[in-house]
Amino acid sequence: MQADPKGVLTGVHFMDGDYACCEGALAAGARFAAGYPITPSTEVVERFAARIPMVGGVFIQMEDELAASIAIQGAVWGGAKAFTVTSGPGFSLMMEHIGLAAMTETPCVFVNVQRGGPSTGLPTLPGQADMMQARWGSHGDCGIIALCPNSPQECFDLTIEAFNQAERFRVPVMLMMDEVVGHMTEKVVIPPAEKIDVFPRRLTTAKPDGDFKPFQPGDDLVPPMVHAGMGYNFHVTGLTHDERGYPAMNPETQDRLVRRLLKKLDPVPHLHEVEGIDGADVVVVSYGITSRVAQRAIELAREKGVKVGKFRIITAWPFPDPEIRDLAARVKAFVVPELNMGQMSREVERAAAGQARTIPVTHAGGSVHRPEQILKAIEEAAR
Amino acid sequence: MSVVCIENPAEQILRMDRIPHIWCPGCGIGTTVNCFARALVDSKVDLRKVAVVSGIGCTGRVAGYTKLDSFHTTHGRAIPFATGLKLANPSLQVVVYSGDGDLFAIGGNHMIHAARRNLDLKVVCVNNLVYAMTGGQTGPATPDHVITTTAPYGTYEPAFNLPQLVEAAGACYVARWTTFHVRQLARSMSEMFARRGFCFIEVLSPCPTLYQRRNKMGDGLDAMKSYKELSKTRHGAPTSEVALSRAGEIVVGKFVDRQRPDYGDLMRGQLSETLGDRYAEPEEACTCG
Amino acid sequence: MAKGFVRITVDRCKGCAFCVEFCPTKVLALSSAFNSKGYHPPHVVAPEKCSGCDLCGMYCPDFAIFGVRGTEAG
Repeated sequence: MQADPKGVLTGVHFMDGDYACCEGALAAGARFAAGYPITPSTEVVERFAARIPMVGGVFIQMEDELAASIAIQGAVWGGAKAFTVTSGPGFSLMMEHIGLAAMTETPCVFVNVQRGGPSTGLPTLPGQADMMQARWGSHGDCGIIALCPNSPQECFDLTIEAFNQAERFRVPVMLMMDEVVGHMTEKVVIPPAEKIDVFPRRLTTAKPDGDFKPFQPGDDLVPPMVHAGMGYNFHVTGLTHDERGYPAMNPETQDRLVRRLLKKLDPVPHLHEVEGIDGADVVVVSYGITSRVAQRAIELAREKGVKVGKFRIITAWPFPDPEIRDLAARVKAFVVPELNMGQMSREVERAAAGQARTIPVTHAGGSVHRPEQILKAIEEAAR
Repeated sequence: MSVVCIENPAEQILRMDRIPHIWCPGCGIGTTVNCFARALVDSKVDLRKVAVVSGIGCTGRVAGYTKLDSFHTTHGRAIPFATGLKLANPSLQVVVYSGDGDLFAIGGNHMIHAARRNLDLKVVCVNNLVYAMTGGQTGPATPDHVITTTAPYGTYEPAFNLPQLVEAAGACYVARWTTFHVRQLARSMSEMFARRGFCFIEVLSPCPTLYQRRNKMGDGLDAMKSYKELSKTRHGAPTSEVALSRAGEIVVGKFVDRQRPDYGDLMRGQLSETLGDRYAEPEEACTCG
Repeated sequence: MAKGFVRITVDRCKGCAFCVEFCPTKVLALSSAFNSKGYHPPHVVAPEKCSGCDLCGMYCPDFAIFGVRGTEAG
């Protein structure tokens, strides 16, 4: 379906990642945002607050991230596409509600403009150390989707993608930005609304009668949605529930529900970018701002004659297991630079299943790698 | 005179496929649901537009028993969920139905901010003086010198005066009743539905299994008799004077009923004044039908 | 002459006795019989005194009783 032109700022812009993310949300049809100020993400909602009154929708600054992360879910059940924005400390506060969104299959987007951590850490400086938390931070077995943009343009494009996937799979989607991508200013091209594809809210076509089951999945394992006020008298609970949405706290229902919530994500596309992997000895696996630095390191390595390829992760979760496993059979080693002490590198190593070495290039955060740091690892990997 | 209705009036809004409910013998939550049902029917509210949002706890289970669009959310966060729901679809009558611990301990921050904003939400707080679902722990409304599982030698923390707190935060309608005052409670609920703004009703209710039993106060009926004996109706009483105590007077009535522009009015007013023609009213995002 | 009557769903009752206590005209009493859950449900002992005010219905936490104005025959 084509985007609603009211939210599309068509044109060629010079814009930072935070602002581009906001524009992506508006283009995707987001008409409700709840947020709480936290560096370096605040600009996303500040822009939304400025733009939404002229597009038509609501922004509310809530009293904390706990409130923001559930207010968006209320808004979704009220009929809106909704998102919230935060950074590390707020992301931690939102964990319970990410789980609620997964359990109640509430489509919504959580933007995390990652900064140095742990704890208060480095509010104005980059990190990429929330990657595992995005997947595992909420208690229980719940699946999520996480996307990593590496430019303001991608902040725009992938925010739209995040909303689309949230609607398609009825799942919370994390947009894992970082402070540099959020605050860097680059060219952002926003196409005309008719060229932007948005996945609409899939509402049920069933009649509001006694037989209606709001959590009866379709063939794709995703139940069609229903909104409050439509006369369906449905119930939503975070307790383990059956297809009627009623609490059914027994192992059989638990097994059925938990497995379906995970299985429905099988078709999630593993977005990624590869370049030069044919015949490569080493592949650099990276994401976010680090991938921009890695690009330079790859160039330097090639100048030195190293056969090195690039695998840029865009969909971090679900992790691109099959792609990495296949690649591992063909290369000597993976080099995984990240602004953390080794998070996605563990996934690479796991997926490689011993077929290739994995060399993490860790960085505690606060700045980006120097290309030479990554180059050194590439050369070591090629030996 | 012939009879028209032969169905229990509460059944109109109950999920009969989930009755009997889990509440204990003599628990007053079901009583409040009766009042709620009758208030909804009497006020002729469009039931399709009523949404019930609850948190976690015994009272939180109300959402699951009402045959309305209902949401059983996380502990303490019914109010912010209800905020998003109402703002996305202002045509909904959003009722928050939860307990003393859920709304005032973990949810306390959200309570005061929603009242401050005067969001058009209708809050029913069933106050059974403890965290009942988890076994009877101390809560922010537990009177002093009573036994709870986390105060086995007697509580010593001062309790909140719920009506005072909510009034101070900005609520436009504040009332307290007990489960003995069924007609008054139903009437207050009806009044609430006709108001726009943050409305709050505290309902004192027995928890026979935990609070009553541990404190040798008898059963649910004994609690109800004590409500009848100890309560005094004082409409318009200053909320600073309505604090509860272990065995003292229970002041009930409608304490606050004032006009304040609600959040929606404030938001639309400010934005249309500042932006003039450029202001795009938030479309009702709900795609009904 | 009774102005109303009550309907009791015996097996929902948990014997709390709110209805018995707060009926303004003392129409009800707990019976000595047991329901399937082992509680003593109420029964009507003074039907002629019932006004159908439905206070019992408003009090009952288990939705086990309600009052109706009019005659049962209608």
